Amino acid sequence: MSNSYHDTRGRPRVVVTGIGLVTSLGRGKADNWTALAAGRSGIRPITRFPTEGLRTAIAGSVDFLDIGGYSAPALSAAMALAAGAEAITEARIGSPDAFPGPLYLATPPAEIEWPQRWSLYDASSGSGETGYKRLLAAARASEWREMRALCPFASVAERVAAKLGTRGLPVSISTACASGATAIQLGVEAIRRGDTDAALCIGTDSSVQIEALIRFSLLSALSTRSGAPAEASRPFSKDRDGFVMAEGAGALVLESHAAATARGAEILGVVLGCGEKADDYHRTRSKPDGTAIIGAIRNAIADAGIAPGDIDYVNAHGTSTPENDKMEYLSLRAVLGDHLAATPVSSNKSMIGHTLSAAGAIEAAISLLTIRHGVLPPTINYAMPDPEIPIDPVANTARAAPVRTVLSNSFGFGGQNVSLVLGAP
Amino acid sequence: MAHRNEVWITGVGLVSSLGADAREHAEKLFLSGSGVVPIIDETRYSPYPVHPLVPLDFSSQISRKSDQKQMELWQRIGVYAAGLALSDAGIAGDAALLDRTDLVVAAGSGERDTKVDCEVLERLGSREDAALLAKEVLPSALRPTLFLAQLSNMLAGNISIVHNVTGSSRTFMGEEMAGLAAIENAFRRIQAGQADRILVGGALNAEREDLLLGYEIGHNLWRGPHRLVWERCDEGGGFIPGSVGAFVVLEARAHAEDRSAKPYARIAAVETDRASRAPGQTVQALMQLFARLNAGSNPSGPLLALSGASGVEPASGEELVFLASLAVQNPEITVRAYGSLLGHSVEAHFPLGIALAALALEQGSAPPPFGQSDIERPFSGSVQHVLVTGVGHWRGEGLALLQAIE
Repeated sequence: MSNSYHDTRGRPRVVVTGIGLVTSLGRGKADNWTALAAGRSGIRPITRFPTEGLRTAIAGSVDFLDIGGYSAPALSAAMALAAGAEAITEARIGSPDAFPGPLYLATPPAEIEWPQRWSLYDASSGSGETGYKRLLAAARASEWREMRALCPFASVAERVAAKLGTRGLPVSISTACASGATAIQLGVEAIRRGDTDAALCIGTDSSVQIEALIRFSLLSALSTRSGAPAEASRPFSKDRDGFVMAEGAGALVLESHAAATARGAEILGVVLGCGEKADDYHRTRSKPDGTAIIGAIRNAIADAGIAPGDIDYVNAHGTSTPENDKMEYLSLRAVLGDHLAATPVSSNKSMIGHTLSAAGAIEAAISLLTIRHGVLPPTINYAMPDPEIPIDPVANTARAAPVRTVLSNSFGFGGQNVSLVLGAP
Repeated sequence: MAHRNEVWITGVGLVSSLGADAREHAEKLFLSGSGVVPIIDETRYSPYPVHPLVPLDFSSQISRKSDQKQMELWQRIGVYAAGLALSDAGIAGDAALLDRTDLVVAAGSGERDTKVDCEVLERLGSREDAALLAKEVLPSALRPTLFLAQLSNMLAGNISIVHNVTGSSRTFMGEEMAGLAAIENAFRRIQAGQADRILVGGALNAEREDLLLGYEIGHNLWRGPHRLVWERCDEGGGFIPGSVGAFVVLEARAHAEDRSAKPYARIAAVETDRASRAPGQTVQALMQLFARLNAGSNPSGPLLALSGASGVEPASGEELVFLASLAVQNPEITVRAYGSLLGHSVEAHFPLGIALAALALEQGSAPPPFGQSDIERPFSGSVQHVLVTGVGHWRGEGLALLQAIE
């Protein structure tokens, strides 16, 4: 039986009561929304490390948070904390250091980075050892407290959980570029199970570092339009040539509708449904027939208990790679059918780049702002329509439109696909 | 409370230094009488002992050489163990079932190409050469395909590709917490009817210098000759990594019965937490978890506690205090720290404990004590209840209670 506190399957309805955002466009959802609605790009030349000689030398990096020198886990934690604190403040839930629910955190895999490897290597210069034996000798010989606090995989979640006082085991998740959406799905499922009344779901990513850039570049995944950073990410345009790496964090406070209402919270939106489907075709490419992506979208729509025709707008994965955008179109076409022609589809990544592990959470947050403002953020740099992708991409400028139901897609390397359906309060 | 599904274990896939499948583990652990000797390599990574993986023919689970080439060893171990679990559960090769089987993996970092790392470290004499690193060294040294072998979620990706498990795919990270979160997530989803059948587990390749380095910067590794877990606690602590692949198939009872799958055991409860690790907090967290665990379960009589203690202090010492307090309440408790025999497998360690508990309940017996100590006493009765503990070497606490199916 469906009522305002339960969905059509009798599960607790899951609402959003707080939203937080950090992207290359700025800190906080107010600044981000202004920039997104204005069609501004956050993509810039990389200054964090030397890029001379690299084909790709641009990114949507976040350089305005004070973390005392870049390290990936420190920046991931700082952005997650900024977004998380913003969401908790808006939700007025618990206290700033005691959030009454678990943490689900999408975060990139952590590891020792080059500066740390070098400091270990240099510390043991007299040992006569070489290679990893020398690194291990250095590790044995001294205390490496700072490095030790950064390098465990659990380190980002630990910092966020300790600071925001979330309950229970902090959960770190990776489903590659779908991670942010998976974090939200984990929160939704926990609330539907009745395990908790509230959950803090965050996606964060700080991967603009030399090795990650070169590795993605070697996979031919990145745009090489280094001469024109703001124009490099051009989802759905025929002349798209790859994605632009970017950083950021998105956070949602999720609550059961009943609990949020009981404490008089303002409801910002509803997570109507989540769907996932794994692909077994290839490590970086999706099945040519799109069945896994189609499955994720269908599962999300079915989980929401709505029909494809109820989708008002699609916040696309839209990475700007030749392959993704075409596959995403074909999959949307398969699920939405003729309704797709009447459904605007835009990509936030045209402005903020691809925030990888954070993308699903950031784009869910932007989807909720889209509903709230009744304005569709544009796909910028849409200069050359691709005849193989006949969609309404909300080309180049934002458009006012009443939106009640948004489909937000996230697809990852490794065949991990997640779609969310977000709705108006 | 809504109806809760009973969660059964219907498949076990296990590889380690001890054996190449679950059967071999069961025979050596439960049927050998006097107990087995741990397999240890103390020289290759001296001063760090490791438990090396038993020789495996990966082709028997990963038939295409091209797939094997796309993986580093930790992924091959995991994909192999996952395949064993699917076969054991009678799901392998059943396209319709696999398409509706969900996947949950506990993973750490992928493996680095340590040769490339060493080349870079030695070639760049000056730290001012960062530009050279970007321009010349890394682009020529890095192999693009093995980038994928480094990503945590690609163990799951490879399991989907090789074994066609395509319901859904989630990878949890965070050292031991990855394993706790993976088992808890799979258990709760099935219990609540959010999933019917989940392949869950993890893998560790202990024979890696980059892995050893990651843990030695925190001085977490045991140095010198092999010692049992509880002995190490008295001598400063430290863990001995063990190569392990451990996967189980969890299934809603109704679905298992529908397809006449044979269960090993049921998981009655899983509880996890994050203690601050101030002195005494780990003991307190474990006591609270045990109370929550028992609220719906009421085990009586003999209880086998399969401890996932790493040997790192003060975590393992606090776990021992907790286990001692249980023994005061229940004199019929029998403790076995399985890391003494198989090493510590970090992300895979809690799934390994669940897999061993399934075997113990199938056999109805406890393994002989691992070494001589007051902590691990002989036990010859019938095992009907197994407690699995998971206390992270740095963070994360978890307990699971498993029961025999009558």
